[in-house]
Amino acid sequence: MANNSQSPGRTTGHTRREFLKGAGAGAAATALANVPATAEGQQAGAAVIHGWTTVSLDVNGKSHQVKVEPRTTLLEVLRYQLDLTGAKPVSLDGSSGASTVLADGKPIMASTTLALAARGKKIKTVEGLGRENPDPVARAFVEHDAEQCGFCTPGFVVAVRAFLDKNPQATDEEIRSGLNGNICRCGTYANVIKAALSIVKGGGNG
Amino acid sequence: MANVIYSWPSADEAKVLGKRRDRLDGLVKATGAAKYTYDINLDKQLIVKALDCPHAHCRVGSIDTIAAERVAGVVHVHILRPPSTEIQFQGDLIAAVAAETEGAANEGVAKIKVQYEMLDVFVRDDDLEAATDFGRTKKAGGKTELEREPTDDEDEDEFEEKEISRLFKESKYIVEGYYGINAITHCCLEPHGATLEWKGDKLDVHLSTQNVSRTDDGFADALEITADDVDVHCDYVGGGFGSKFAPDYWGIAAAQIAKKTGRPVKWMLDRDQELKIAGNRPSGYVKVRLGADDDGMAIVWDSQQWGSKGITGSGGIENAMPYVYRPKNFRRRATSILTNADVARAWRAPTHPQACAMSQTAYDDLAAMMGVDSYDIFMKNLANISSRQKAEVYVEEMKIGAKLMDWNEKWHPHGKGPTEGSIVEGLGMAIHEWGGVANTSNCLLRIHPDGGVESYCGTQDVGTGTRTVCAMVLAETLGLSEEAITVNIGSSKYPMSGASGGSTTVGAVSESHRRAAQDAIAKIFDLAAPKLGVNSGALEASNGRVGVKGNASKSLSWKEACGLLGINPLEVTANHVRGTKSPLSDVGVGGVQMAHVAVDKETGVVKMKKLVAVQDIGLIINPKMAESQIYGAVIQAIAYALFEQRIMDPKTGAFLNAELADYRLPWLGDIGEIVVHLYEPQSERQRGVIGLGEPPVISGGAAISNAVCNALGVRVPVLPLTPKRVLDALRQAGVT
Repeated sequence: MANNSQSPGRTTGHTRREFLKGAGAGAAATALANVPATAEGQQAGAAVIHGWTTVSLDVNGKSHQVKVEPRTTLLEVLRYQLDLTGAKPVSLDGSSGASTVLADGKPIMASTTLALAARGKKIKTVEGLGRENPDPVARAFVEHDAEQCGFCTPGFVVAVRAFLDKNPQATDEEIRSGLNGNICRCGTYANVIKAALSIVKGGGNG
Repeated sequence: MANVIYSWPSADEAKVLGKRRDRLDGLVKATGAAKYTYDINLDKQLIVKALDCPHAHCRVGSIDTIAAERVAGVVHVHILRPPSTEIQFQGDLIAAVAAETEGAANEGVAKIKVQYEMLDVFVRDDDLEAATDFGRTKKAGGKTELEREPTDDEDEDEFEEKEISRLFKESKYIVEGYYGINAITHCCLEPHGATLEWKGDKLDVHLSTQNVSRTDDGFADALEITADDVDVHCDYVGGGFGSKFAPDYWGIAAAQIAKKTGRPVKWMLDRDQELKIAGNRPSGYVKVRLGADDDGMAIVWDSQQWGSKGITGSGGIENAMPYVYRPKNFRRRATSILTNADVARAWRAPTHPQACAMSQTAYDDLAAMMGVDSYDIFMKNLANISSRQKAEVYVEEMKIGAKLMDWNEKWHPHGKGPTEGSIVEGLGMAIHEWGGVANTSNCLLRIHPDGGVESYCGTQDVGTGTRTVCAMVLAETLGLSEEAITVNIGSSKYPMSGASGGSTTVGAVSESHRRAAQDAIAKIFDLAAPKLGVNSGALEASNGRVGVKGNASKSLSWKEACGLLGINPLEVTANHVRGTKSPLSDVGVGGVQMAHVAVDKETGVVKMKKLVAVQDIGLIINPKMAESQIYGAVIQAIAYALFEQRIMDPKTGAFLNAELADYRLPWLGDIGEIVVHLYEPQSERQRGVIGLGEPPVISGGAAISNAVCNALGVRVPVLPLTPKRVLDALRQAGVT
């Protein structure tokens, strides 16, 4: 039954690393993007970016110069260059919701967003929701104990914030059907629902 | 100082214990400030990514790392499984690449070329016949207990056969059932891994672990140093559930790479690797015969079970069979199947959820066969149980559960409920037991002359709220607020405390912190007594003051009292050893869960409507956090009952759903209503603290399975109860 097979690595599934390999790594590392640096954010035609380049990202209201490759994700930039480690790397495909951040107020997965694609957008991370003066959602998570190990919590807080911004009068039913993009392995959902409802009732949407 | 008598204050006297307090580190977690192992970034750190084996059983041939080493940014390539190593399961790590960035490390991994010689694969853990044909079976433990004994001239084996068949002949009802539960993974959201560096000859490790105090020796053994040369830290851990007790071989390799390169190293597993090699729970399948008398009292159980713990194949689940409900006559036999899968690890309440789902389903089928209420069968059979909790406690918990579920109003005979369109509803229940012994724990408590209080304990917070528990126990004993105390946990430099496994942590730290604080306050009373002109026995510590009981005017502020210490702080260390009898903690809890489900007979989809969990845990430190643990456990039970399973390709042994998009866990919208009731009568509270982590995850699976059976009138035998399995069961039963 023995036979030989040669494998360059993975043969099953589609992981981000394979996808990104196709998207930009290696000798043919290229990415179609707007012209970086000076013309950033303005439509000045497409350019091809090779290797490392310095770009500017707007994160939590501040402009940051960061070094990226075409394959660098927004999550890597946040965690390794800006030391914003609230957004978590849980799944390569973004299906856990743990890397949720806001881009122009809308929730996106930092793990599946290339850093280059985040240019020109106002990125807000869980840290940007406030530490000294925490967001009511973060406070409600504490009051209703909607956290255990806490690893999914920052992503969940951001997701709930975005959801309630869009649905400030959300009902129990709407919360249950509208917040299914975040996975919690400890099973805090029952208290997340209570926390979100308390914000609606308490008018904590600011 | 008089001998200190360790005890808890009564419920009336307690000022902190038993109160619904927020967890102290709640905001740190909710604002993203908490630093987990994955979040620790060390200066000049290398990122490690690994190549994992795509084959479930093979031999490593040549490994070509030249192209990988040439990738810009790659610093080092480390071989974990050299040529000629036999690989026993998919995902085992072959080689690792240390690089400046994740991108470079991943690119390096992709460029490693490995030749594999393929070997025979077997992963069909549910197929006893095929496993036997394939030579992949191993006898596991069996046990027989019979009320009658053979006479001197009877052969024991023959007697056993005869006696069992006699008991079945005597039985009015005989259930013949097949039940099972697939393997699942731990799926910690923070993957296993370490961020570490060498400081000279000393290794400093941030490890994602539930065993802060006892992983230093694992590193030391493997690296040929001694445990004093290793410091392990873990302020926060992103889930463990029984899978994070050791450094793991990639943790050791991370230290070797750091040594070799002279750089700090961060190595966290990728998600698919985490699911494949960092923890799974054994499967179990069983054929049962259960005999009962006219009244539905079980009199004989006979089971033959099989399942897999992975490539080592040793058993375990069978020891808990039949679960809690155990007739006076029973025989259980078991076979382990060796599969090309990673070796199973302890998963929250090891063996109990499977055993519960494989035996209390038979009791529910007995009720279905008799056409009677399952509640009555479960109540009646409390006469014969094997549990560390008393039958009387289950009786009360069942009554409370039935009331919260509105059982009497909602219950209908199996398969005979009203149908709305294609939807039928049903109720099911099950019960569980657990030990929850207080683990070994040491606490160093330091009280400064200026009134400052700090504690040190090498425990960890896996989500329980350990910091908060430590602070509440100290605050209660010293008469202070929790915020006035600095609690230090999460480092192997602190006094040793046991691993967080088996529901042993809250008991452990409650023991060590209560003892330390009682010892310390006794010394402060001795100093304060002469000042207040009373015996130290007349003093109490309360509301930030040390004073005469019942006489608020005769007291010192906490700061004044601590000032009596002189120039040096008071340091007390206290200790509890696991298994020592203590007035502060005990062993043995019960618990009852009842499920209400709605099943769509056309689509096979099962929806949770409600789950009631009634749980005793002795003395409750913080009801808010205790309820959270139960919510979480119940949701994990919903997960393995309805959604999650490890799916292996029977031909190649590939783990087909090792990403979160495919490894289905429940979402927020899947849980229905969950009602938690903490059962804490004085008779239970006076037993002291007992662990809670495991028990509430146990009986939900069986309760949900029984509820689905009650709805459909048909048993869907194997968990998780996926839509396809529901439809298959209906089809086989000729219902649709």
